[in-house]
Amino acid sequence: MSATDTAPAPAFEEVVITTRRSVTAPVRVYEPAGGASSGAATVLALHGAGGWLGDEPVLAGLAGAGLRVVAPVWPAWSEHTDEDRLSDMQDFALHGWDVATEMGLLGGEGASNGAAGGGLHLMGHSMGGMIAAEMAALAPQSVARMALLCPAGMWLGDHPIPDIFAMLPYQLAEVLFADPNVGEEVLTGGADFSDNETLTRFMVARARQQGMAGKILFPIPNRRFSERAYRVTVPTLLVWGRQDRLIPPAYADAWQAALPDATVELVDGAGHMLPYEQSAAVVAAVTSHLTS
Amino acid sequence: MTVKFCWFNLMPWPDLPDDFKTEHRSVWVDIDGSLFDPERANGVYHEYMDQLEFADELGFDGIGVNEHHQNGYGIMPSPNIIAAGLARRTSQAAICVIGNSIALYNPPHRVAEEFAMLDCLSGGRLVAGFPVGTPMDTNFTYGQIPALTREKYYEAHDLIMEAWTNPDVFAFDGKYTQLRYVNCWPKPIQQPHPPIYIPGGGSIETWDFCLENDYNYSYLSFNGYLAGQTLMDGYWNRVGELDKSMTPGRAGFAQIICTAATDAEAEELYSEHMLYFFNRCLHVFPGFADPPGYRTVKTIQAGKLDQFRKENQALFKRLTWKDLVEGGYVIAGSPDTVRERMEDMIKRLRVGTVFCLLHMGNMPDWKTRYSSQLFAEKVMPGLRGIWGDEFADAEDWWCKPMDDRVRPEDTMADARRYPEAPKGPVA
Repeated sequence: MSATDTAPAPAFEEVVITTRRSVTAPVRVYEPAGGASSGAATVLALHGAGGWLGDEPVLAGLAGAGLRVVAPVWPAWSEHTDEDRLSDMQDFALHGWDVATEMGLLGGEGASNGAAGGGLHLMGHSMGGMIAAEMAALAPQSVARMALLCPAGMWLGDHPIPDIFAMLPYQLAEVLFADPNVGEEVLTGGADFSDNETLTRFMVARARQQGMAGKILFPIPNRRFSERAYRVTVPTLLVWGRQDRLIPPAYADAWQAALPDATVELVDGAGHMLPYEQSAAVVAAVTSHLTS
Repeated sequence: MTVKFCWFNLMPWPDLPDDFKTEHRSVWVDIDGSLFDPERANGVYHEYMDQLEFADELGFDGIGVNEHHQNGYGIMPSPNIIAAGLARRTSQAAICVIGNSIALYNPPHRVAEEFAMLDCLSGGRLVAGFPVGTPMDTNFTYGQIPALTREKYYEAHDLIMEAWTNPDVFAFDGKYTQLRYVNCWPKPIQQPHPPIYIPGGGSIETWDFCLENDYNYSYLSFNGYLAGQTLMDGYWNRVGELDKSMTPGRAGFAQIICTAATDAEAEELYSEHMLYFFNRCLHVFPGFADPPGYRTVKTIQAGKLDQFRKENQALFKRLTWKDLVEGGYVIAGSPDTVRERMEDMIKRLRVGTVFCLLHMGNMPDWKTRYSSQLFAEKVMPGLRGIWGDEFADAEDWWCKPMDDRVRPEDTMADARRYPEAPKGPVA
């Protein structure tokens, strides 16, 4: 589930940074349609436990709508093996800010979001949404607006989230996608798992990436964000797939209730992998929220 | 050195239904609670403990228990409770607790304390096992984060060993456990500490950990000695690379054994119980076997991945008695047959300790005792001396009981006698 090279030029440039914690990882930069020097607002975008898949239509779409998108590859989702330096939720959230610092997104020239009146926009999907929300709780003054796409991070006893860590690889698509057939293709990139080397590579990537995700998601994806949610005063948009079978839409209501200033947008024809299933709708909703 | 034979009871639930494999997802973690009958368990626990005590009478070097949680083939979440009972009612055999999943105890210092209690109670007969723990127990049942399990385990180990060996009160500032005053009280009889056994299921990192600390590495699988040889060869290669002594005492192996008067009788008596074990007790949902992060990248790259293929879920084979015996899963037959194959096993794997699985699945008490007695009387004596006197350090991996320890024949008589009142007035 790592990024694959495609024949056309990618919609982003990749830089490799090392944070002050000595974590080395790539960062994707999607320049806005108007060009790098247009003074566009910047969105720091965080991926879910699947990592960035291909060109990421939502990130490219946001750039097309005039936003600059900075999208770090989380430790364990690249060939750099510094993931042991991050153990818990606080480490994860601080790593997000360390990346923002290293990328020059906080203070200094070219750092402010003119359109948003200062501060950085945050966006995150699933696990990435959980991290973005924690970042906002840590440093709300550094955030302009936030968009969370079906974030993890809460637990409702009446709506238990299926245990992805006890699922076999071939069982994932059914839970993650409104249309599991589409999901199978997106998740595997059509890889042939009857080949031992392919399977071994897949299992190693799974062990590293999902093992890393487990540090904040296992065994229950709740690190008590709701107790810190009161700090997140920035306007927050929650986008949720109506057919989300992993974190069902009941969680949208819980998030909205927990956050001081949140709105919800439900999207039809999308499951938990909504950025891949209904990317145009996500781009429209997020753009509207971040540029309003 | 003499080969040590440890009679081991997994304590399986004996009443899993015939359709268990088709109608239930897993014997472990989310096993159907309605299958457990507490009143039936009253008899089951006592029967299993009686068998362990019988093994002591038969002259086995050790009697063994282990720890599993939410598991239909191991109803022993706390082996220390069983071991305490055994320590009271036996006097010879080592009490092998293989072991306590040390990362699961909060704080892990609890293990230092309870094992010290067991060592005192048994007069220095404790063999202390420190498993990392299976994913089913450690991660899915006890909620430990897979990618951090190993780190937490090593920290727990460091805490316990310092608690046993540091004579002073000390502070422990760990990532997972912080204690201002560590002061293990009671302390174990065996000094500097009881022999440590590390049961492994195939994680190759564990080898170096055992060798650096001179702990016994015991491969506990149910796949038998033929399948186990590749892994044990890897272990012994590593022993050589690190220039450690090649003493068989460094290694143990668990083997299922069925002894009868003849080979034919072995099949007749035991096959249904072995099939019960393999087809019902080992019916574990594969999603519980390998949470991402539990196995290291190195182990995955060295390992087999067949279990994760969709087609193999459907093709899960029904094993027959013939498969089990020929594949070495089970060593079964007359005393001669069993002795011959056991000798082959001990030499091939180069082991000094054999965990003898003589009760398996739903085997009734009489068959268990019959098989165990034949083994103790007609097989074991001929195998003890396989390694001769070659290895001077061989006994380093076994317990060293005190000679004048309290024995059950003393305590049980005393316990039933009303003590005489003291002479004269009591202050």
